[in-house]
Amino acid sequence: MTGSTAILASMAAHLLAAGGIAMPRIDYTAILPELILLGGMLVLVLVSSLSPRPLPTEAYATATVGIGIASLVASLVLWRDVSDHGPFTAVARAVNVDGFGVLFLVLVSCILVVAPLLAAGHLRREGVGGCEYYVLALISGSGAMFMATANDLVLIFLALEILSIPLYILAGFDHLRESSGEAAMKYFVLGAFSSAIFVYGIALTYGATGSTNLAQIAAFLARNVVTSDGVLLGGLALLLVGFAFKVAAVPFHMWTPDVYQGSPTPATGFMASMAKAGGFAALLRVFVTTFPTLRGTWQPAIWVIAVLTLVLGAVVALVQSDVKRMLAYSSINHAGFVLLGLQAATARGVAGSVFYLFTYSFLVLGSFAVVSAVGGKGDERHGLERYRGLGRRQPALAVTFAVLLLAQAGAPFTTGFFAKFYVVEAAVSAHSYALAAVAMGTAAVAAFFYLRLVFLMFSDVGRTIPTHEGAATGGTPTDTLEMPSAGGVATLVAAPVAALVEVAEPDPAIVAVSPWVAAGLVLCVATTLVFGVWPQPLVDFAHQATLII
Amino acid sequence: MSIDASWYLTLAAALFTIGVVGLLVRRNVLVMFMCIELMLNAANLTFVTYARALDDVGGQVAVFFVLVVAAAEVVVGLGIIVAIFRRKVGATADDAHVMKG
Repeated sequence: MTGSTAILASMAAHLLAAGGIAMPRIDYTAILPELILLGGMLVLVLVSSLSPRPLPTEAYATATVGIGIASLVASLVLWRDVSDHGPFTAVARAVNVDGFGVLFLVLVSCILVVAPLLAAGHLRREGVGGCEYYVLALISGSGAMFMATANDLVLIFLALEILSIPLYILAGFDHLRESSGEAAMKYFVLGAFSSAIFVYGIALTYGATGSTNLAQIAAFLARNVVTSDGVLLGGLALLLVGFAFKVAAVPFHMWTPDVYQGSPTPATGFMASMAKAGGFAALLRVFVTTFPTLRGTWQPAIWVIAVLTLVLGAVVALVQSDVKRMLAYSSINHAGFVLLGLQAATARGVAGSVFYLFTYSFLVLGSFAVVSAVGGKGDERHGLERYRGLGRRQPALAVTFAVLLLAQAGAPFTTGFFAKFYVVEAAVSAHSYALAAVAMGTAAVAAFFYLRLVFLMFSDVGRTIPTHEGAATGGTPTDTLEMPSAGGVATLVAAPVAALVEVAEPDPAIVAVSPWVAAGLVLCVATTLVFGVWPQPLVDFAHQATLII
Repeated sequence: MSIDASWYLTLAAALFTIGVVGLLVRRNVLVMFMCIELMLNAANLTFVTYARALDDVGGQVAVFFVLVVAAAEVVVGLGIIVAIFRRKVGATADDAHVMKG
């Protein structure tokens, strides 16, 4: 071991002496948010291993929220810097600090502030407390930040792995549930597969253009007219496939439903927001700034992927009887909407996509937190049937979920409406009329299954769940599709029986919502409604998402 | 005697294809794992070949990153596999079928 270290050291010294590799000057302020996350992560690990008694999960959650706020402040300082002095590159031009990247730093920090709050209650209930969730979330967040600011394909690959590998572990960290391990394995195999495809795409792109630096690739392509370079186009296609896997775009989405269903629910919410944020950040930057000259080639491909993603996500979600699978397909549908902005490939499109990711992250985090709470101990009861009458049992929780679902459906006075509006507007202004029409159509289809769940929660007042609790784990599709009318009839029949049952035993379907989760949900709903009524600050913020080339 | 770069690139493409096909048809998780390694090494070979052809050190440096990432991935992947199959007999992907899809 020492021998190999000595050899490495002498090699490094030799290279440095020969001037083969110049050590770059590292501008630590440019990567401060990432460093805060990684440093905070190390402190958490250290504290948890040095403390004589296991600390409560809430302590780690508080610490993680603190770390998230610190990195949020650092990101906002960078944002101020960029808007005052313009964008700049750092660390041997591998890191790109521009409006676009800094917005994603802010978004990732926000996710890291909200996610620990929403996870704390679940982790305590399932008895899998400890620092693991928070540590993995912080590492994953730093990967997403590096993806958003990376200016080099090799750094994007590294960041993709820093983002993904903790997510594989998060998918499987609930060792008490068999499906959690299965989700981890599926996510890992397909994730590693997509990473390998991605890295081969980088190799081909490098071979065709002579660099992995995004700016140099763009400069090379601007100088040289590429007419029929199979290697470059192959590399581009493989890069697209790798990204499409990460953001769960059809036809590379097949891992999504199983992984979302099997993972512990807070981990599902986290990966749904974080992986999409990081994946789309790098996807937008690579395709819009690095390959604008090949736009005619990749725009049709994105068009096809966007249509497939929109349609399949919305249609397949209709027939799901498990809420987590339904939300998984709905998140595929959301990915299709973000792709609208990429397909437009204009400043307006990029801003629309960024705005969509901002709103989507909060909606999906909050939704999965509600699902986690309603699922109860064991994290297995996620049938639609379980939500029947939630509005009567727990009005606050039901109203929260209803707001989040309506926002995902794009209802007015929520951020979801403006998110959909801006990406569709960008598509229309880029003359992608057919794509915009498809998007609106799938939004209508998607509204149906969101509203169905909302109706289910509020439809049958007076009916108690305990009589049906045994069969509640997996409501059949036929049962769920004819919900409102069947619910009304059943209410008349079941009410007298239910009254008896209610006297006999306390309602077991009342689920506990810890104050931490409640605080996180309040944050999610507040952002959804406040920016839904008054979107201008967030819109202005998203429009600063300028990419430098 | 020097061998033309295109031979190396063809070999890399063949290795990559073997990896992809192997991952899609084999059911043993460990073999699927090896196929991923094969794909990563195909990418490495491509990097090195292009680095030689372009006379640029960047491609060779990239190989080191890919190697490190592959090692990290193996650690996590084997950990997940061990965690799952501690309570099962064989390491076959089809044994993990609690969920549909």
